[in-house]
Amino acid sequence: MAILTVRDLAVGYAQHSVMEDLSFSVAAGDYLCIVGENGSGKSTLMKTLLGLQKPVSGQILLGDGLQKNEIGYLPQQTAIEKDFPASVREIVLSGCLSRCGLRPFYSRAEKKLAEENMARMGISSLSRRCCRDLSGGQQQRVLLARALCATGKILFLDEPTAGLDPKVTAELYELIASLNRDGLTIVMISHDLAAAVRDCSHILQVGTRRFFGSREAYLQSGAGAFLFQGKRGGGPS
Amino acid sequence: MIEQLVLYLQYPFVRYALIVGVLIALCSSLLGVTLVLRRFSFIGDGLSHVAFGAMAIATVLQLTNEMLFVLPVTVISAILLLRTGQNTKIKGDAAVAMISVASLAFGYLIMNLFPTSTNLSGDVCRTLFGSTSILTLSGRTVVLCTVLSVAVILLFLFFYNKIFAVTFDEDFVTATGTRAGYYNLLIAIVIAVIIVLAMNLVGSLLISALVIFPALSGMRLFHSFKSVTVFSALVSVLCALVGILLSILAGTPVGSTIVAVNALAFLLCWAAGKIVGRARA
Repeated sequence: MAILTVRDLAVGYAQHSVMEDLSFSVAAGDYLCIVGENGSGKSTLMKTLLGLQKPVSGQILLGDGLQKNEIGYLPQQTAIEKDFPASVREIVLSGCLSRCGLRPFYSRAEKKLAEENMARMGISSLSRRCCRDLSGGQQQRVLLARALCATGKILFLDEPTAGLDPKVTAELYELIASLNRDGLTIVMISHDLAAAVRDCSHILQVGTRRFFGSREAYLQSGAGAFLFQGKRGGGPS
Repeated sequence: MIEQLVLYLQYPFVRYALIVGVLIALCSSLLGVTLVLRRFSFIGDGLSHVAFGAMAIATVLQLTNEMLFVLPVTVISAILLLRTGQNTKIKGDAAVAMISVASLAFGYLIMNLFPTSTNLSGDVCRTLFGSTSILTLSGRTVVLCTVLSVAVILLFLFFYNKIFAVTFDEDFVTATGTRAGYYNLLIAIVIAVIIVLAMNLVGSLLISALVIFPALSGMRLFHSFKSVTVFSALVSVLCALVGILLSILAGTPVGSTIVAVNALAFLLCWAAGKIVGRARA
């Protein structure tokens, strides 16, 4: 049984759909990359998958015993509120919230989990720093550590490398690939097709030419050829 | 001067007023950071005008305890405003502006049409800027204020982690399976309670100052949510104490004295923040 199944999904705003008849499934341990042109509805799709907005029609099913509070999410870089006073530790720990239910305070185990995830992302030394003083790459690691506190099963990422320099981008992709090797299911939106194809196991292409299947099938089909040409040398969208 | 203070403090109602003032100041500072960062401060301002309108009606009806009427009206308005705000941003803004000026206008109109005392402008002034003297708080109000303040403080402590998470990133909280909507509702209700409470101390026009100044002061100096919250609570309590004592000694209106002290504290924190920032750089 797949961990995530999407059937005949249409997504959009207020009954006006930007994407229709979408069906695909993600098995545990998969690394699915969602690619497509700007404005093809990738972010809208992700918000719908996460339950941030209602689907126009169709079904999204969680399987394999996955609960709604076992999902991790790395939002599109929103540029953390400029004035927000929050330490790295506070933000990472807030990822444990979905484990708490009505319990008002974090348990010792949850605090330990936060420490472990900060260590895993290499940000332990920043624990007391204010998040707004960190670089873009460091901020993404903080938010990734928070997402890991929320899940041990599936991680959704929306353009995690937008606005980062090439070196930091490569490091972040390697980090995500290593999380996948450790058994975490990954669903990632990317505008960076070359990097996406290198690491992922499956590809969902939305927009003018729809494709869903394994990475090998995608490379043979040539479905992404025009994207490769369009994107090469282009900056981040 | 100190003798005068000691003399005043011998009266139990002065001591009660001090306790209530401190509790209200503590409550109002707690949610300040959330309000400032979520751009809810305009809702706070709007609600205080609603509270003014409700207060006018309560005065005209000559209710024995005005707060029992003002509180539900303000809480309901808070819930309604939050609901409209969720649909689209502009609508929410317009709704707040509309409701707040309308209740201000109707409040004043009602007080003019059905004057309950000969000193109309005095009544209006009291509702807008707070009691001229803290000593005019009635015994019932003191009890109600104490109960509500303690409730607000307990709620805040109990939901502290949730309030932080929802303030920092609502989408993440929703996506990971926590109902952020409930906590938004909670925040709105608590804000309404705080506004009605603070109205007793500083009046409806000055409430925002009591909520926002301590948080802004804390944000000049500290860099984690917890330290900003703790610091703003301390500053708020200190400013309230100093303000109340000053107003007793100098015979100034208590609300504006407290707000003036808060503004001074903000300037100090701002300057200190600049100096610390320069020393680090």
